[in-house]
Amino acid sequence: MDTSNRAKQEYDQMVKKASPNSPIFTNCVKAFFSGGLICGFGQLLLDYFSKTNSEDDAALMLSVTLIAISAVLTGFGLYEKMGKQCGAGTIVPITGFANSVVSPAIEFKKEGLIFGTGAKMFILAGPVIVYGTLTSMIVGIIYYFIGR
Amino acid sequence: MISLLKAFLVGGILCVIGQILIDKTKLTSGRILVIYVCAGCILGALGIYKPLKEFGGAGATVPLTGFGYLLAEGVMKEVDSSGFWGIFTGGLKAASGGITAAVVFAFLVALVTNPKEK
Repeated sequence: MDTSNRAKQEYDQMVKKASPNSPIFTNCVKAFFSGGLICGFGQLLLDYFSKTNSEDDAALMLSVTLIAISAVLTGFGLYEKMGKQCGAGTIVPITGFANSVVSPAIEFKKEGLIFGTGAKMFILAGPVIVYGTLTSMIVGIIYYFIGR
Repeated sequence: MISLLKAFLVGGILCVIGQILIDKTKLTSGRILVIYVCAGCILGALGIYKPLKEFGGAGATVPLTGFGYLLAEGVMKEVDSSGFWGIFTGGLKAASGGITAAVVFAFLVALVTNPKEK
């Protein structure tokens, strides 16, 4: 009885480990393909923009285009639908950053354009900009004094 | 065509790392975004992100780590060209296009749409 119980437990653990249907595994596959597709689409755009523009300009055009597309999709409520399926695949790309700005901008419109849309659009992007700026500041200081 | 596959691969892997962080640590998406920007900035400063960008193209620049990388590159370039005060301007200058685009498009979309009733 004791051994069979232990065997069962061990078996359960083995199944847990090997099972490709564990939610994390499925989520990762979805994130891989959706995030990969967004980046692949980005590469298509980048190759197109790079034909007639400098590298820096093409990179900027890519960011602006992806942000615009994400904003429109968010406006129609489609980005959230994708997000439910794709998880990090739609959060991590810059389209996810754009979504994090557009989504509260729409949602808090009922609190007015100034303190609703204007203030709340940074509810998620604010921390990103704050900590990004702080980190770049530290990088700049270290680079100025030791890096060069 | 090869560049496309590389972008797919690198971008996909960066998203998988984010997914593992979400599933294993219960970090919210906002925190993931902050971690990604800071990580990209630090990896950029250490010179680790540049080769990744050269290999993966948009696969490395589209995920938010690419935004952090942009901040690091920007601040270092600006320090090179304008010295100490570049520390204050370089980062956000490099990121200004993305931030402006996000603000403008968010505002425009918010103007023409209404929140869904829940």
